[in-house]
Amino acid sequence: MTSFFDIPIQALMGQLMLGLVNGSFYAILSLGLAVIFGMLNIINFAHGALYMMGAFLAWMALDYLGIGYWPALILVPLAIGVFGVLIERTMLRWLYKLDHLYGLLLTFGLALVIEGLFINAYGVSGQPYQIPAELAGGFNLGFMFLPYYRGWVIFASLLVCFATWYGIEKTRLGAYLRAATENPKLTQAFGINVPIMVMLTYGFGAALAGFAGVLAAPVIQVSPLMGSHLIITVFAVVVIGGMGSIMGSIVTGLGLGVVEGITNLVYPAASNTVVFVIMAIVLMMRPAGLFGKEQ
Amino acid sequence: MRSKLLKVALAALLIPATNLVSAETKPAAMKLSNNVVKIGVLTDMSGVYSDLGGQGAVTAVQMAIDDFKAEYKPKFNIEMVYADHQNKADVGSNKVREWYDTEGVDMVTDLLNSGVSLAVGKVTQEKKRIAIFVGSGSTRLTDQDCTPNTIHYAYDTYALANVAGKAIVKNGGDSWFFLTADYAFGHSLEKDTADVVKANGGKVLGSVRHPLNASDFSSYLLQAQASKSKIIGLANAGGDTINAIKAASEFGITKNQQLAGLLMFITDIHALGLQTTQGMLLTSGFYWDKDDETRKFSKRFFDKTKRNPTMVQAGDYSAVTTYLKAVMAAGTDEAAAVMAKMKSTPINDFFARNGKIRENGRMIHDMYLMQVKKPSESKYPWDYYEIKSVVSGEDAFQPLSASQCPLVKK
Repeated sequence: MTSFFDIPIQALMGQLMLGLVNGSFYAILSLGLAVIFGMLNIINFAHGALYMMGAFLAWMALDYLGIGYWPALILVPLAIGVFGVLIERTMLRWLYKLDHLYGLLLTFGLALVIEGLFINAYGVSGQPYQIPAELAGGFNLGFMFLPYYRGWVIFASLLVCFATWYGIEKTRLGAYLRAATENPKLTQAFGINVPIMVMLTYGFGAALAGFAGVLAAPVIQVSPLMGSHLIITVFAVVVIGGMGSIMGSIVTGLGLGVVEGITNLVYPAASNTVVFVIMAIVLMMRPAGLFGKEQ
Repeated sequence: MRSKLLKVALAALLIPATNLVSAETKPAAMKLSNNVVKIGVLTDMSGVYSDLGGQGAVTAVQMAIDDFKAEYKPKFNIEMVYADHQNKADVGSNKVREWYDTEGVDMVTDLLNSGVSLAVGKVTQEKKRIAIFVGSGSTRLTDQDCTPNTIHYAYDTYALANVAGKAIVKNGGDSWFFLTADYAFGHSLEKDTADVVKANGGKVLGSVRHPLNASDFSSYLLQAQASKSKIIGLANAGGDTINAIKAASEFGITKNQQLAGLLMFITDIHALGLQTTQGMLLTSGFYWDKDDETRKFSKRFFDKTKRNPTMVQAGDYSAVTTYLKAVMAAGTDEAAAVMAKMKSTPINDFFARNGKIRENGRMIHDMYLMQVKKPSESKYPWDYYEIKSVVSGEDAFQPLSASQCPLVKK
């Protein structure tokens, strides 16, 4: 069998593989959004800007300080996490009592400000960031040439996604977090410092975005617009997966990457709308999303 | 209460009318609307194309106005306004309509997106003002959609195809696959290049259309790879071209196939670096390092913006200077008179060599076939191109005989 509905099997395999790579980015970004929404009830529109900052910090670290890719992979998410904590402490915490919309507006505004500052300083054409020497080259899979780096992206993001899921669902700290979301007052009564938990959660979600940014830096041009191009799709992923569902965002992220890959082959013009069509269908069938719980 | 409202409404209606009367009856040596020549820079301030024009376009136009004032000491005022068209046709045409109706703008320029330019052209013709398209590329602007009020200044997709496209086919790149941005400009560039490829004995194996600002190009490139064409033609621009080239080198596609960036600006080369782009052939109407005059302008521009000017930004300067000279010579800013003056005067400045505006609004001037230097050949910052050949405007642009513009008398 060399073709499948008139599509050469080689091309199909290639697109599935690329879909997984793109899906990894969706998964890790939507995971951060889901964690933040699940714990803080904040729709974090600044996520794309944090992702962009992650890529830019990686580039700056290399260009100004000579810090390479591997240290950046640890240091940059930490820095973005700290930035996230600052946002939470100074701005977001005042909004918890208000409607979701206020958090959305604040983070959306923040995203515009951050993006504007970077455009002003660096322009939109972007900065080149080379693939680390250890990961240059690639495998020949028979049906396609897979650069080592793209393979590493899939591996690294799956690892981080799984670790996050494990941390939240299976550890004691995760149990505290979930309890703090479920009933903050009661949890506080048990002697757990809920505001600190909330602050760390936002910092962690921001760090995930920064991590995705560093991962993306060698693959796409490091440009101030890279976040806003992606963020809408990522929101669709979160909605399809079910707002706040950890597993939902991971599985949906990977799945939609693959669906997009196949669409690119069958009908490229629809590749940037297929996610939203799926979103509409899912919302009609299951308003809470594929993995979400009805409240 | 009701009659009061009515009065207010009537008064509001009358304001523009009285303005018009006073403007027409004002005695002056120059016949100017509102006693001022007002230039609107409509550009992409923060989107994918903002590095090609954007703030740099505003700076270039301001420089042109300042230089004109210093050199010719005109007896009229010149003002500039600018706005962001956000690459959306409706945003652009609404802004221009507002400028023409309420702010007395006489001429609009830059315009980085063909979709926006086509819409702006219609409004400009309706309102009898002037639009000079510098940043957009579609040949439709001087072909079936030409107007007596519009000029297409720096380049178009026909010239891009006819200079670099032809050179690539002649160098042995005779089978092509296109990656095309899915809007007016991309379609136009693909069609014009495909025509040139076929006319020179090459063949087109296929194409794939991608949305503007596609985030990932690897899947399109894989399809291009499967076509086994010698050349992958990138009928897109800005960030899309950059990301496509980056992905192609990562996926090892450039080992067996050659990329042809059909519209590449110097800022794109700057962003990608010479390592990735070396050896590419491209078309440009301007290069900052061509001669002393271009270097002189570029140095001044660089001091203000920290970047060297693109073809579009240098073209904006030239277009505005040409326009202001025509206004001065015509003694009015009335569109028909200024257009006639511009079309009858040859243009020669640091940007346009042997330039002239044809009856369909196409400004033809010398175009250059450039090759991107190897990293070892680049001696100083922004030393990126070697000029391989100079193609005269008559040879580079679409011959008038082939134009479908109704203004062309045959």
